Amino acid sequence: MKKLLVLFTFLAAAPLAAQDLGSAPPPDGQVVTIEQEGGLTGSVSDESEWQDLGIAIPGFATDRDAPTAANASGTAALGKELARVITADLKNNGLFKPAGPDGLPQPTFPQITAPSWPSWSNRSAEMLVHGYVKAGPDGRLTVGCYLYDVALQNELVRAGWVVPPRDWRRAAHKCADLVYSRLSGESPFFDSRIAYIAETGPKDNRTKRLAIMDSDGANHRFITTGRSTALTPRYSPDYRRLLYLSYVDGNPRIYVYDIGTGKQTLVTQSSNPTFAPRWSPDGRWILYSMAIAGNTDIYRVPANGGPSVRLTTTPGIDIGGSYSPDGRKIVFESDRSGSQQIYVMDADGSNQKRISFFGGRAATPEWSPRGDQIAFTHIAGDFRIAVMSPSGGSRRYLTDSWQDEAPTWAPNGRIVQFFRTERGSGRTSLWQVDLTGRNERRLATPADASDPAWGPILP
Amino acid sequence: MNRNIVIVALVTGTFALAGCKTAAPKQLPPQQATTLPGETDSLPPVETGAALGTQAHFENAVNGQNVVYFDTDRYNIDSVDAAALQTQAQYLMRYTNISVTIEGHADERGTRDYNLALGERRANAAKNYLVGLGIPASRVGTVSYGKERPVATGSDENSWARNRRAVTVVIN
Repeated sequence: MKKLLVLFTFLAAAPLAAQDLGSAPPPDGQVVTIEQEGGLTGSVSDESEWQDLGIAIPGFATDRDAPTAANASGTAALGKELARVITADLKNNGLFKPAGPDGLPQPTFPQITAPSWPSWSNRSAEMLVHGYVKAGPDGRLTVGCYLYDVALQNELVRAGWVVPPRDWRRAAHKCADLVYSRLSGESPFFDSRIAYIAETGPKDNRTKRLAIMDSDGANHRFITTGRSTALTPRYSPDYRRLLYLSYVDGNPRIYVYDIGTGKQTLVTQSSNPTFAPRWSPDGRWILYSMAIAGNTDIYRVPANGGPSVRLTTTPGIDIGGSYSPDGRKIVFESDRSGSQQIYVMDADGSNQKRISFFGGRAATPEWSPRGDQIAFTHIAGDFRIAVMSPSGGSRRYLTDSWQDEAPTWAPNGRIVQFFRTERGSGRTSLWQVDLTGRNERRLATPADASDPAWGPILP
Repeated sequence: MNRNIVIVALVTGTFALAGCKTAAPKQLPPQQATTLPGETDSLPPVETGAALGTQAHFENAVNGQNVVYFDTDRYNIDSVDAAALQTQAQYLMRYTNISVTIEGHADERGTRDYNLALGERRANAAKNYLVGLGIPASRVGTVSYGKERPVATGSDENSWARNRRAVTVVIN
């Protein structure tokens, strides 16, 4: 009787796995970039006052106030919401002082390409963002975005996008990315998503659910129901799949969750526990760590299936792993020296070399998408987020708290997200900090949150 | 098959107190009590009402020594752990149809991935000790919960010490 029951449970593993999943998220709509006619480009008028660079962002204009699925009040109200999203994006980066749309004059549709300069030149904004939104006959929205230098009365850059109504926020993020890139010289990062673990319940009985959201916390969605513990998600570079750890069959195992179909498969057919999943930058490979008889090593498997290759062989815990942007090297964590330290190896497992030599323990290394830095958790008493060069030099702390861990990079490699655990209560929250360490802020999430994983910029 | 006999045998006489949820038959053939194995073991007879096959029965029999504790970042079996595991092994020698899972845990002062691997290592250290004492490996499973399931909720040395543990749990 008991044997039968066990067998049944085993056979039902695949359907059971699906039982912890909520409904699948809707597929991504397509954002089409369109040419905006005409326009001049100029240079930024004052490069020296980054931190105080004021940007006025009034509501986007509309050609006619039309009904849209994106806003119950029509496209005029949607124009204000677009400006609100852009303003929120550009805040808290240590670069800009964005303001709007409330308290600012509302430009008319013709003024989008011909700003009323007298009404902007006496404000404390050096930069001006204008934009419009139009509803097309098929319901899709056309959003135009223009950046002006107020002192020069000059257009710096413009761009436009056609989006399905439910993706209207993505047009705002694209506009914020345009402004950010043009003014900072850095790559964009707002139009991206974050996977993380939502936590609820008391410290000794936490529910941990896989969840996803936009980079600003909007469009939040739970992927798992919380019946079994989910941990350590990672978005595939094309956002079509999620790797994460689930206890759905009672043991910790890595699953590949397909966002389009809502189905998931085991990363490897093995009865051994698997941890710490990671993608290669091109999405073709998956790294995972597997424990056999208590000894954990790092393995690589083709993302579309195939045999696994073991990359580490030393006794001890070899775990994690993060590819360099060119996919040729892997930074990982190992306690082969007696405590957690950070090592680099070639992608085939050869040339393993320790790079962290500064006392304490060093864990959870993540290679920057720019390739120039490795973010990690430094443990010496407290747990702090730090960065170092890929050769292990120039260690620099970005945070100072009781327990900050598990850094993940913004797509442009300028901001690091991590999670913070509160002493005593065990409550967790997501935070981000820029590379100066000066601009730290908490991300709003519906519940406590851990294990953030930032995906790349959306196409 | 043997297992059913054992359950029946043990429940005899204490059924009223048992409060167990296993499907024990209403009619208990008392003559089968004589088939109870291992009567000459050094383990004291179980005097509570817990039925064989339950976690309570096991914990009572090993006198609460179903948990072993570890130092920070360590997974070695010290003499206290060894004594506890020897008691567990005696129980498993006596009740040869019982299988267990050893749950490995870590305290909150570690990173999540590493603690999962560390919990697995601790569970295996305890398992290997039992196997070394003659318990078949097939009867001892392992699972790691890392730092995800603390028993002590404080953020202090005492709580962390209680959370760095390997817990032996009867599979039922």
